[in-house]
Amino acid sequence: MQEALAIEATGLEKSYGTLRVLDGVDLEVPRGSVLALLGPNGAGKTTTVRILATLARADAGRARVAGFDVVADRRQVRRHISLTGQYAAVDELQTGEENLRMMGRLAGLPGPAARRRAAELLARFDLTEAGPRPVKTWSGGMRRRLDLAAGLVGDPAVLFLDEPTTGLDLRSRQAVWQVVTGLAGSGVTVFLTTQYLEEADQLADRIVVLDGGRVVADGTPAELKEQVAGQRLDLELADAAAFDQVARRLDGRVVRSDPGRLTIGVATDGSAAQVRALLDEVDPARRAVDRFAVQRATLDDVFLALTGHPADRPDHEHEKEPAGV
Amino acid sequence: MSELTASATHAPRLRVPSRARSALADSATMAGRCLRMARRNLDVALTSLALPVMLMLLFVYLFGGAIQTGTRYVTYVVPGVLLLCAGFGASMTAVSVTTDMTGGIIDRFRSMDVAGASVLAGHVAASVVRNLASTVLVFGVAFLIGFRPSAGPLDWLAAAGVLLLFILAISWLAAAVGLLARSPEAAGGFSFLVMFLPYPSSAFVPIDTMPTWIHGFAANQPVTPVIETLRGLLLGLPVGTSPVRAVAWCLGILVASVAVSGVLFRLRTA
Ligand SMILES: Nc1ncnc2c1ncn2[C@@H]1O[C@H](COP(=O)(O)OP(=O)(O)O)[C@@H](O)[C@H]1O
Ligand SMILES: [Mg+2]
Repeated sequence: MQEALAIEATGLEKSYGTLRVLDGVDLEVPRGSVLALLGPNGAGKTTTVRILATLARADAGRARVAGFDVVADRRQVRRHISLTGQYAAVDELQTGEENLRMMGRLAGLPGPAARRRAAELLARFDLTEAGPRPVKTWSGGMRRRLDLAAGLVGDPAVLFLDEPTTGLDLRSRQAVWQVVTGLAGSGVTVFLTTQYLEEADQLADRIVVLDGGRVVADGTPAELKEQVAGQRLDLELADAAAFDQVARRLDGRVVRSDPGRLTIGVATDGSAAQVRALLDEVDPARRAVDRFAVQRATLDDVFLALTGHPADRPDHEHEKEPAGV
Repeated sequence: MSELTASATHAPRLRVPSRARSALADSATMAGRCLRMARRNLDVALTSLALPVMLMLLFVYLFGGAIQTGTRYVTYVVPGVLLLCAGFGASMTAVSVTTDMTGGIIDRFRSMDVAGASVLAGHVAASVVRNLASTVLVFGVAFLIGFRPSAGPLDWLAAAGVLLLFILAISWLAAAVGLLARSPEAAGGFSFLVMFLPYPSSAFVPIDTMPTWIHGFAANQPVTPVIETLRGLLLGLPVGTSPVRAVAWCLGILVASVAVSGVLFRLRTA
């Protein structure tokens, strides 16, 4: 794998029946970097990962992973990647140690080497103690770590992680983040999908935003924030009537809106001239807006501005879950 | 989580081992996996061993007195219990294949370049090994309660061969059913079919004691020639065309199941 790009895809298309799941996806991931494919449920993230990991075939388009074509050189691609899917891929009835040893054998390691590798990975993921117990007795966070460990058995050059932290509590999520950060430092290319803007922001060198099977944005976290002007003007309105009036006037430019608290956020570059102009535009009579504040835009704003709808967070509650694993 | 730096060394172009060699090694790894899991799934393991033995005791001691077969009933019934046992063991295979296919693990195996054939062959191999274990158990208990076959070494060998072929065929059939089923519970339904099939055959009672409308089915369904062959070989009775029909049925089921499994696996992972 001498090329600079670990993953290169152009014009990927995929339909299931009449449902168009991917509609011309282009991707470029430099070697040794972390890319986050960010998108709501149903955006096509898993489909993209499965195509790149040679498990599904695109209807149109081409992709190269680790320097090999995903269709023509499928076996070579498979020797260089690992996939840790959205759903746990470890055997509950086997012990952690047996799971890793089996993966080692399947990755082509001889018996003793597979055993050593399993012990090494258990230690690395803080699972040595649980190692000899069947996985069905383990907590969700521990299983996820084992799942990640299983993906590393064959020393992959490109690692696919499909929603690695969905459904995990805060502590397990941070453990996964630590793993990804560590891997990135070791020269492995990581392609991860996530529904969490915060996660993409934390981990990724580049973020690709996918919505409805299309790439709607692509850049570093900082560039993406820039793209929607970088700042946000929050307006606090006097009453419900004022809220409606301002919301109507801003229409498509609203990046955040909270009818309960009577606040509306709108993208701005933060300059006095633009803020003044905006205020005059939405509130010519100078009665609707009570107060205002200029904030740095978050990735949530970016997402809303790019896709026209807020990022969907199916298990938002996981952030509030107690950390006990 | 300690240092995470050990894994940055990759060979530029890995040698891809020959398809056949890695498929064989992978099948062995998969068989080991299935056996470990079956052993750990204690309730299932116990049922699959205890059930055939219980059934045999039930038949011999509760019904045996009432059934006229011309030999001691335990001697008559052993082949039937063996097939019941094989069917039950195979239906566990259907469930575990479906569990694999509907869970996340099949994607991981495929992304590691493990062939579908190896995954299935592993399940089937484990099924055969489990079934051989329960067969030995059934024979053991049968001897204890008075089973006295009069087979010579060649007859034993032939009987073992036919039984093995039957187990192999029904295990591959179970794998195909496992690929077809949408949930492990649905795959479990396969056990009804294979547990039921030996009853309308000569497994437990002679066919001529059954109502006439069922004779045609009972005499020509796949279980009957296998039973007749095993019984004939073990008791030193003439077997007629039974072995030919038994082998033909088993090979037919085997070939069809392997072919259908191949197609289904491709469809399921498309
Ligand atoms: N095998 C399939 N058959 C039919 N529809 C599918 C299949 N896989 C995915 N889809 C559909 O494609 C869309 C995108 O799915 P997916 O790639 O899993 O999205 P994400 O991972 O971003 O949630 C969804 O609407 C999903 O229902
Ligand atoms: Mg998904």
